[in-house]
Amino acid sequence: MIKVEGLTKRYARTVAVDNISFEVEKGQIVGFLGPNGAGKTTTMRVLTCFLPPSEGKASVAGFDVLENPMEVKKRIGYLPETPPLYPEMEVVEYLNFVGKLKGIESKELRARVDEIMRRCAVFDVRNKLISKLSKGYRQRVGLAQALLHYPDVLILDEPTSGLDPKQIIETRELIHSLAGDHTIILSTHILSEVEHSCERVIIISQGKLVATDSVANLTNRLRGSEAVAVELEAEDGRPNPSDVQRRLEQVSGVSRVVMKDSRNGRLAFEVESLQGRQIRSDLARAVVNAGWNLNELRSVGLSLEDIFLQLTASEQKELQPVGAQS
Amino acid sequence: MRAAFLICQKELKSYFASPIAYLLMAFFGLIFGFGMFTATRDFVRFSFQMQMQGGQAPMNINQQIIGPLLSFGSTITLFLVPMITMRLFAEEKKSGTIELLLTSPVTDLQIIVGKWLGAMLLYLCILVMSVINVALLFAWGKPDIRPVLVAYLGLILQAGCLLAIGEFISTLTRNQIIAGGVTFFVCLLLWLLNWMTSFDTGPLFSVINYISIVTHFDNFSKGVIESKDIIFYCSMIFFALFITSRSMESLRWRS
Repeated sequence: MIKVEGLTKRYARTVAVDNISFEVEKGQIVGFLGPNGAGKTTTMRVLTCFLPPSEGKASVAGFDVLENPMEVKKRIGYLPETPPLYPEMEVVEYLNFVGKLKGIESKELRARVDEIMRRCAVFDVRNKLISKLSKGYRQRVGLAQALLHYPDVLILDEPTSGLDPKQIIETRELIHSLAGDHTIILSTHILSEVEHSCERVIIISQGKLVATDSVANLTNRLRGSEAVAVELEAEDGRPNPSDVQRRLEQVSGVSRVVMKDSRNGRLAFEVESLQGRQIRSDLARAVVNAGWNLNELRSVGLSLEDIFLQLTASEQKELQPVGAQS
Repeated sequence: MRAAFLICQKELKSYFASPIAYLLMAFFGLIFGFGMFTATRDFVRFSFQMQMQGGQAPMNINQQIIGPLLSFGSTITLFLVPMITMRLFAEEKKSGTIELLLTSPVTDLQIIVGKWLGAMLLYLCILVMSVINVALLFAWGKPDIRPVLVAYLGLILQAGCLLAIGEFISTLTRNQIIAGGVTFFVCLLLWLLNWMTSFDTGPLFSVINYISIVTHFDNFSKGVIESKDIIFYCSMIFFALFITSRSMESLRWRS
């Protein structure tokens, strides 16, 4: 549905997006992840025909953004970072204007606007001036605006920024319910958001593509070894932490033991296994056989947060010498 | 064309949703009314004098009131235009709504023409304020209507040029004050050019005089339609809207 090949966007002095390629299948929800200033918004702006690419190609539904912008624009719903609202208009008035702008037939328009307002939960403020709305409502009116013409592709730039937790959940659910009919790209710098709502994730950092994969695959790929959190009960300095550490290290398949905490009568360790080894049962046996009390034993999957930090950190290491030279 | 009308309608609505439209109408109505008052007072005084002296000098409302009055109106226009055009693009750029327009299936040209039409319609609404004054003259005098219509046509064409130039300037910045200030400066410059060159003759001055938008209004105010003036205004409008579209294009490439 969306195809980006070797996309580069240069501004006067900086390269915002550097040779990015990816594809998005129909009906997928893709998270576009990166720290602030990574080039997320720029890439989205290219896809929506707001900015032309400096190099490379981008196409939506088979139409190139440079050669056929009109066809692309018809198929895209875009919610920019700040919702593009006219404060002097009422919500209904605004949505009617956008509907006409997007070329919806006037006899369909009324029913469509009503439906979208209900779906985005802005029906109860339909006759309010947009300037009087709170941030959460504005964001949802912005989302309504993007959905209005049933676009094939939805491009949402930080759709949940500035919302309260309840609204964030509602918005996520709304976005989820849209998948299937629409292909969705949403950008965010909040990782849990991607974990919750996206099937695939595209990570960019400093304009470069760092990784693109499904959320599950990415976790697996980066997890060289299994990590297990082990917690023991401790009283009056017994058992001795270093004893425990030594004992855990002796378990076969363990590559590393890190002490995490030794306060409030508990000893917490994080144990990493060698690749592909199941060590949880051996660890439990070792602790119990030594006569210690085992409080907790659980496997810690790497969170997306860790992955992200690992990926972008390694990226930064590579880039640093270059920066130092210039 | 539908999209252009849609944008025109939206512009007009937002002018009237804010105090700006009413303010400009009141401002114009007041100053034009003052001009009307002085012009008629002088006219009446002059005609009394003529009668006292027993002479029968031809007194002509068209030449002595309406012509100068509408020229005065064209001068006021120079002050109104920046206030009309400054927000056209600067506001959309500042608030981010330009992203909505530029990612919707409408062409740049439709946006530009729509906004220009919106500004023109607001100007027409402002101009209607002056019709009240002129109508009074028709109620108590017998002026010829044709030169009046010609002068109004001139005002509209002149405003069309200035509004198109103002629209162009508004695409260059996201700051409304700068857009308004620069437009005001350009309008003032055009006015000064006309004033400056009216004392001098020579090839350079006649060129400058020809470029000055205000100069071409003189014929209209006298009730004369010359094709060169109409062609000048129309090509000027076309040119200004064209560079506006170029500026929008470069906006995408630069930004």
